[in-house]
Amino acid sequence: MKHRVVITGMGIVCPLGHSVNDMWNGLMTGQSGAAPTTLFDASTFPTTFGAEVKDFDLARFVKNPTIHNQGNRGTRFVVAACAQACKQSGIDIETDTPSDTIDRTRMGIYLGAGEGAVNSDAFFNAILAGWDDQHSNMDWAAWTKAFVSKTSAAAELRQEPNMPVSHLGILTGARGISRSCLTACAASTQAVGEATLLVRRGKADIMIAGGAHSMIHPLGVTGFNRLTALSTRNDNPTTASRPFSATRDGFVLGEGAAIVILETLQSAQKRGAKILAEITGFGSSNDAFRVTDMHEDARGAGQALRAALKDANVGITDIDYISTHGTSTAENDSIETKAIKNVFGDHAKNVPASSAKSQLGHLIGAAGCAELITCIKAIEENILPMTMNLNDPDPALDLDYVPNKPRPKEVNVAINESFGFGGQNNVLVIRRFTE
Amino acid sequence: MTERRVVITGTGAVTPLGLTSRDLWEGLLEGHCEIRQIRAFDPAEFPCKLAGEVPEYKMRDYLPKSYRKAGKLMSRDIELSVIAADDAVKNSGLVTKASEAGDATVKPERTAISYGAGLISCELPEIAPCVKISETDNQFDIHKWGTNGMQTLTPLWLLKYLPNMLPCHIGIIHDIQGPSNTITCGEAAGHIAIAEAFEMVARGNADVAFGGGGEAKVNPLVMLRQCLLKRSTETANDTPDRSCMPFDKSASGCVFGEAGGMVILEELEFAKSRKATILAEIIGTASSNNHSPDLVRLEKDGKGLQIAIEAALKESGIEPDKIDLIIPAGTGIPEDDRAEAAALKNIFGNALANISVWPIKAIVSHTGAAAGAIDVIAATLAVANSKIGPASYFSAPADGCELNIQNKAISKEIRYALCCGYSFGGQTAAIVIKKYGDTE
Repeated sequence: MKHRVVITGMGIVCPLGHSVNDMWNGLMTGQSGAAPTTLFDASTFPTTFGAEVKDFDLARFVKNPTIHNQGNRGTRFVVAACAQACKQSGIDIETDTPSDTIDRTRMGIYLGAGEGAVNSDAFFNAILAGWDDQHSNMDWAAWTKAFVSKTSAAAELRQEPNMPVSHLGILTGARGISRSCLTACAASTQAVGEATLLVRRGKADIMIAGGAHSMIHPLGVTGFNRLTALSTRNDNPTTASRPFSATRDGFVLGEGAAIVILETLQSAQKRGAKILAEITGFGSSNDAFRVTDMHEDARGAGQALRAALKDANVGITDIDYISTHGTSTAENDSIETKAIKNVFGDHAKNVPASSAKSQLGHLIGAAGCAELITCIKAIEENILPMTMNLNDPDPALDLDYVPNKPRPKEVNVAINESFGFGGQNNVLVIRRFTE
Repeated sequence: MTERRVVITGTGAVTPLGLTSRDLWEGLLEGHCEIRQIRAFDPAEFPCKLAGEVPEYKMRDYLPKSYRKAGKLMSRDIELSVIAADDAVKNSGLVTKASEAGDATVKPERTAISYGAGLISCELPEIAPCVKISETDNQFDIHKWGTNGMQTLTPLWLLKYLPNMLPCHIGIIHDIQGPSNTITCGEAAGHIAIAEAFEMVARGNADVAFGGGGEAKVNPLVMLRQCLLKRSTETANDTPDRSCMPFDKSASGCVFGEAGGMVILEELEFAKSRKATILAEIIGTASSNNHSPDLVRLEKDGKGLQIAIEAALKESGIEPDKIDLIIPAGTGIPEDDRAEAAALKNIFGNALANISVWPIKAIVSHTGAAAGAIDVIAATLAVANSKIGPASYFSAPADGCELNIQNKAISKEIRYALCCGYSFGGQTAAIVIKKYGDTE
């Protein structure tokens, strides 16, 4: 039996706030998450700003924050996002004998989640203690002593990428299929997509799906800066993320977590859960081209887009809105535009396609699910989020990017696109729920 | 919903026992332990000085000529994975873009991959000179790192260490344009990735899927982490052949190592139409969660593992007593061995006495994200060859771990085999494999 898959809860922690409402209000009122970096001293880095989650307190979201506060930033964010989503959906968490009627062995978790920050003091200073510059080799005994003296088991464990999913297991009591994936910037769209297929095929009644990531730490920013992927518009962070504009110079590194509760229609109706939307299509592909660049003809992106439309059994004229990956890098925005044109043909210009990254920044592994939530809100409110900072359009990019202000429009079917380093392409189709 | 049947047509492995899955299988049958003192770095100050390390290899032997330049972007995790994929493709008889002879036997967009990867730690000697020039008064100076240190780091540095680069490089070499996923569930990643690759074929997104996992664990950061978590043995440094001793009364902890493992999965009719040799069939998979608050050990009763195994058996549609062979997680960590044995007793009851249990980590070491793939390969080859290798280390069971473990090799028909695993953090997984008969 093929189940319909509906969304019955959502939660988010992002640079625009710690709830779906705060994020949505921020998107509607032209706020930006970007500001000078405070999480570490980035003052001499090529990029000195990012989109950080500010003033976050996990105790506002869960009864027993102690165990989860040992987690990395992404873990703490996703615990809060999950608590919000479960509350909305009517899933009882942090209770030994939950009052809901959900069989925990039929409830699973699928996250696109990133690793935690390395313990910088231990990492860098142990290298200094062990490195013999003259002979260009490491005195491992000296390194080991220094490293052990500066770190702890807990500080090392929290870096593991499976920790966010582990914490959600403890939080929710979920005992069903449990997975974590990390396909760069496309991870949480892939996680939601794969989780959708598990629910559709009856492998779980409920999947808690989404993403969590924070790469705003010295090695994370170093890695992206060396790739010249980040904007260096240090004098004006809030205008730095400017997808599809001629003067775009890279993405703005953000952080956060986002969760949706996916459920069979049958289970949602049996529990009397409010249905927010339905996921009807998922398409996934890989460019198999280069690890450094997207395929120049948008081969993989187009394939994922077509596969998602086919899976959802919709045509191009059914699509009311595209939430783009829209990173504000030269390459992504061009290739993504090409992919949409390849698939939508002459109709492409009629389909509004905006980028919430212009305001949220790029939440990396968490980006896809955060942007899926903006699609759910667009369907609920019949308003399209804008592409902010689009004041000097790139003449080569000529789609309707919903520039600079939100737009009222009836939205019944939306597409959410995510692409990642390594040629990862993932696309979801989401629609207004009707019986 | 009709599920398509999924069969295993090729295995590829690079392990401490050798650079091919044939080396792995022959070594397993001989019971030849390849755990040794660590050679990759000087472990003098490590509580555990042992590891399973892969023999020397030349990467150029495994890269198509047109892709040799990309070798510079490959961390060791990527290298091991690329080698394992090469071995699996050759053994399956598939023709991919990497093959120099003939047209590919599978369409790129109908080929998928799901692959397990670990938390890849960077090579410290690579980054050390950049850190060194960022020093002020013997301390790391982040201002100097920003202005000088990071500027000398190779520009594509990050791409060597992203976990999804393992399947992405494999995908470029073999032209895998269907779904590509990277599972990061610690030591359960290999099992879970194979389960997802199985699903990709079963549900019709692909005709061929690569499933596996790879991790170059013998990196000082990674190995030290396991020591800090008190999972590595600290008392067996002088007896490497008897260091990782799952379920044995002398067990004192685990020994970690490196490997890459890959299986080629195909839809049954697709495999038949190209006259592939079918090694075995996957008939059920599942995963679950431990809820240990320490995020390291199994629950005492092994409940999270038990739920995964029961769900996989249910999906397979077989009664527990049909299982002939179990390749357990069997890490040699005494508490975890007891918990796993408790879960197995709860599921199988009296039938457990007749089911062979073969803990292969004693020989191969615990290869992290690769472990599940190595286990599935061992089970597949056991099913295909009707043989089980010896648990040579085993003398007497630890209390609570009374399982049917044999220290001699045995020959017997294996109709159904179970592989199960768990990770620190809590993920558990199980896969059921069935012997494939010509008459079916």
